[in-house]
Amino acid sequence: MTEQKPWFSQVHPGWWVLLAFLIIYPWISSNFFTYQIGGYTLILGMIALSLMILAGYGGMVSLAQITVAGFAAYALPIFGSNSVGVLGLGWPVWVLYPFAILTAALFSTLVGLISVRTEGIYTIMITLAIAVSFFFFALQNYALFNGFQGFSGVDAPTFWGIYWRDPTPFYYLCLACAVFFFCATLYGARSTFGLTLQAIRDNPRRMSALGYNVIAHRVYAFFLAGIVAGTAGVLLVLFNGRVSPGTVGVDIAIDILVIAVVGGLRHPIGPFLGALAFVLLENFAIDLIDRERFNTVIGMAFLLVVFFSPDGLYGLWQKAAAKLRRRDIHGAKPTAESQQEQSQADLA
Amino acid sequence: MFTKSKLLASSVLALSLATTSAWAEDIKMGAIAVLEGAFAVLGEDSMRGVEMALEEFGYSAGGKKIELIKQSSDASPDSAVRGARKLVEQDGVQVLVGPLSGSEGIAIKDYSKTQPNVTFVNGSSGAQDTTLREPSENFFRFNTEGAQWMAGLGEYVYNEKGYRSLAVVSEDYSFPYTQVFGFLEPFCRLGGTAPQDARFYVPIGNKDYSSVIAALPDDVDAIYVALGGADAVNFLTQYDQAGGDLPLIGGSITVDQTVLGSKGRTRDFVIGTPSAGPISDTWDDPRWQAFVAKYQELFPDGFPSPSLFAHAYYINTKAALLAIDEVGGDLSDGGAKMREVLANLEFETPTGMVKLDERRQAIGSIFLTEVVEGPDGNLLNKTIKVTENVNQTLGVDYEKFLEYGAVSRENPQCE
Amino acid sequence: MILAVVLIWMIFAIWPEWLIDTLGRKKTFVITLLNGLTLAGLYFLVASGFTLVFGLMRNVNLAHGAMYLLGGYIGYEVAERTGSWFFGVIVAFVTLAIIGVILQLLVFRRMQGDDLRQTLVTIGISIVAADLMLATWSGTTYQFLIPEWLDSSTELPIISAIRSSGQAVFIKYPSYRLFMLVIAIAIGVALWLFLNRTKLGMMVRAGVDDREMLEATGVNVNLIFAMVFAIGAGLAGFAGVIGGTALSIAPGEDVRYLLASLVVVIVGGMGSVTGAAIGALLIGLAESFGLAYFPTYGVLLTFLIMIGVLAFRPQGLMGQA
Repeated sequence: MTEQKPWFSQVHPGWWVLLAFLIIYPWISSNFFTYQIGGYTLILGMIALSLMILAGYGGMVSLAQITVAGFAAYALPIFGSNSVGVLGLGWPVWVLYPFAILTAALFSTLVGLISVRTEGIYTIMITLAIAVSFFFFALQNYALFNGFQGFSGVDAPTFWGIYWRDPTPFYYLCLACAVFFFCATLYGARSTFGLTLQAIRDNPRRMSALGYNVIAHRVYAFFLAGIVAGTAGVLLVLFNGRVSPGTVGVDIAIDILVIAVVGGLRHPIGPFLGALAFVLLENFAIDLIDRERFNTVIGMAFLLVVFFSPDGLYGLWQKAAAKLRRRDIHGAKPTAESQQEQSQADLA
Repeated sequence: MFTKSKLLASSVLALSLATTSAWAEDIKMGAIAVLEGAFAVLGEDSMRGVEMALEEFGYSAGGKKIELIKQSSDASPDSAVRGARKLVEQDGVQVLVGPLSGSEGIAIKDYSKTQPNVTFVNGSSGAQDTTLREPSENFFRFNTEGAQWMAGLGEYVYNEKGYRSLAVVSEDYSFPYTQVFGFLEPFCRLGGTAPQDARFYVPIGNKDYSSVIAALPDDVDAIYVALGGADAVNFLTQYDQAGGDLPLIGGSITVDQTVLGSKGRTRDFVIGTPSAGPISDTWDDPRWQAFVAKYQELFPDGFPSPSLFAHAYYINTKAALLAIDEVGGDLSDGGAKMREVLANLEFETPTGMVKLDERRQAIGSIFLTEVVEGPDGNLLNKTIKVTENVNQTLGVDYEKFLEYGAVSRENPQCE
Repeated sequence: MILAVVLIWMIFAIWPEWLIDTLGRKKTFVITLLNGLTLAGLYFLVASGFTLVFGLMRNVNLAHGAMYLLGGYIGYEVAERTGSWFFGVIVAFVTLAIIGVILQLLVFRRMQGDDLRQTLVTIGISIVAADLMLATWSGTTYQFLIPEWLDSSTELPIISAIRSSGQAVFIKYPSYRLFMLVIAIAIGVALWLFLNRTKLGMMVRAGVDDREMLEATGVNVNLIFAMVFAIGAGLAGFAGVIGGTALSIAPGEDVRYLLASLVVVIVGGMGSVTGAAIGALLIGLAESFGLAYFPTYGVLLTFLIMIGVLAFRPQGLMGQA
């Protein structure tokens, strides 16, 4: 907390402009743009952010982040209320939401425990397999998950006289969560834990030899990412008003990966950029191109990014900004920060 | 940089498209179907149905031009609702046609309750609960649904074929449950049995049926198969290879043209398989024949004959257009008058007269068919019988029908 | 050992009443067992290529499923045009092997040593490939014409029941599925011989154990990489025709076989061909028995096995720690 003040003054003015824009956004856009573009982008962005935390700082690409979000999403109709007449234990909101987020985080921890014990590259396969098992379990189980149909009629709460699914309140709710996790990620990355995690990503053997508990750090990262994904899951089920196995399908898991990678895995803004691009394409692609080949467009964009700009949209933005800066200060030596970025880019 | 600027350009373009096309005079109609992924073929045929109806009206009704805006879903309810929301809240459609599949239908019905000034007509979705339980005031379905489609089949195999006990092989989700229910309910009421341990519900996407086939009992008279598309093709081939010799009974999409016409060896052993559904390719009625001819003329690259998806989208779109025509294109009251007309609408479709019940669900004709060998050695469905005025509650009254309970793996008990 | 004896007894003996009461008919059991074995054969064909590539290059080729499906489609087109199923199998193998080499040379070599990026590229490739295949071959289901001599049932020397007349009823089983098992065993043996008895194979094994060391001894690693990738991709295409003939080819099969390979390889141990065989056997049997005896959750059995293995032996049954 004491560090907050100097950190505060270091923030680039661009971020304040962005924040101000995001705050006035609902006033200058239609309900549709506030809710379906704005809200949904922030939700997808948060799920992708949880992947970015694991992949960017921990070097662990998890395809089970939508599963973690889905875990929280399913908790709402199961323990709260729904309109399909299966379960719905009617817990009050203030118990239900923290509970949903916490169980999702614990589930994420479990995923971490299973998948991080082996070499890094295994993580991607094991998490994919876990995502698929959860999908099939939700699909086949009627007693708890209501099978193929899933749950509908999940309502948003009303308090302080506000109905939280109305576009503007819902958008602000998403924005508050997103900004909080965004800042927490930036802050956490510079904390002792964050730095250790990044060191482990770069050289697990050395860190282990230095006496760091590599597995514990990785699993804890899964727990933290689980909180982010779980919160996004709660918002997702409020957004859709429903949840079914399709919400946690393999294709969605891949979409999340595409969003995170296309946006950029090096800065927490990346996943949100990726989510914005994805949501705009999903909604408006049909007006411009044949929707039939939507997946080719998405896949090609993904390939191009992996090939030519490993840091995604964020990387492109930075390169452009760096060029401008170089033009401004001729002959200036590269700063320590940009050097560090360079070395990270080599690793990524 | 390229990707980013392109994206920006596209979204800006999209925005301007959305704002400039707001003609005050036109009526905007949205249509949503699955236009991506493995079901895209069906979604495209659905859109052909919509276009056929619009073509018939010259893209105008009640003196107003009708502007069609399409949207795609990926067959998941979440994406169907997002697509509908875009059409309603962004593009401002006043009438929405769709969606394609059952669980999407339930999701859109739920969404329609939040948009009381928009009129929703179904596409081809056939889940029972869309109109049976907690129906929506502004959601109309002029096509019949999964349980109705089985009308007459249970009685037919009991009385004519003399089957008394059956095994069931079905995909494991709500649409086949509905079909199993619609088929077994009359069959069991007559005295037939389908024991629980002879019902095999196989997860969707499973392709290896050999073990299910091995576990099928020998002491039943026939097997009721409620599988569709690739799953049906696989089951039929493997059943043949395993030397299976029990007669089969088909669900509405088990022995349809897509399965009978699939690439590979013709499966002679399916000849004689009865099934039932909302259309029959070979029905010789002039109304149907004219519909098929029109379809073939408009869409030379379409299917040889319109699918049940094209048919359902066609009649739903046509119903909407008839209602718009009736109110003289006046939707200024949020479509209230139009919906009143829709609720009482009775009109002629390629498959006979259709009207709605009090929950805005179609009462229409169902075709009982049997697979026969066609003149060129290809397999066809021959029309055996047309049952008219099939309602959703299968002839019993609403309260009593609800007592049967929701469709599930075990419903009806039928021991 | 005892288990094996019991199993053999269960296959050949005529079942007493109490056993039928607990397990159902003998026919169901024996056929399910055969289904499991033949399915394991198919899984082995798909997974062996996958594990080989991973073992040497640390490249988790998530486009392996797409290669399977593409092999199936190509094999179908060729078989349809030439009328020869065998020709279709060969062309599918060769085409996919060539595609594999091209991918290795143009794509993966450029990101050598960057495992994660290679894996991400394969995901991108599989997304695009799946969509383009859908555009080319549409959503229709394709089925091969099985060669005439395989398109029947074989009577096995296993008695399923004795009729009241005293006549024994023998179990019949589709010949093609038996053929599939034979092919899988033959490929397995050939791979084993290649890896253990040839100089090239030894280099590959050396590469699996220590890539840097092999490079240091002056071996042209790139050539070996390209070759192994060719074999891996070729096997996927080959399996596409073999599996597509037993079942069918349709969109979505790519993901199915990718998952099957993943689970088989995770259970068996990454990089080990023997592990792939063991994993395939376990998963094939689990899937078949799951479907026959408890269809609702049968599909989950395979994943439970996987998670169980991971909990106790994270590197897989035959994997090196």
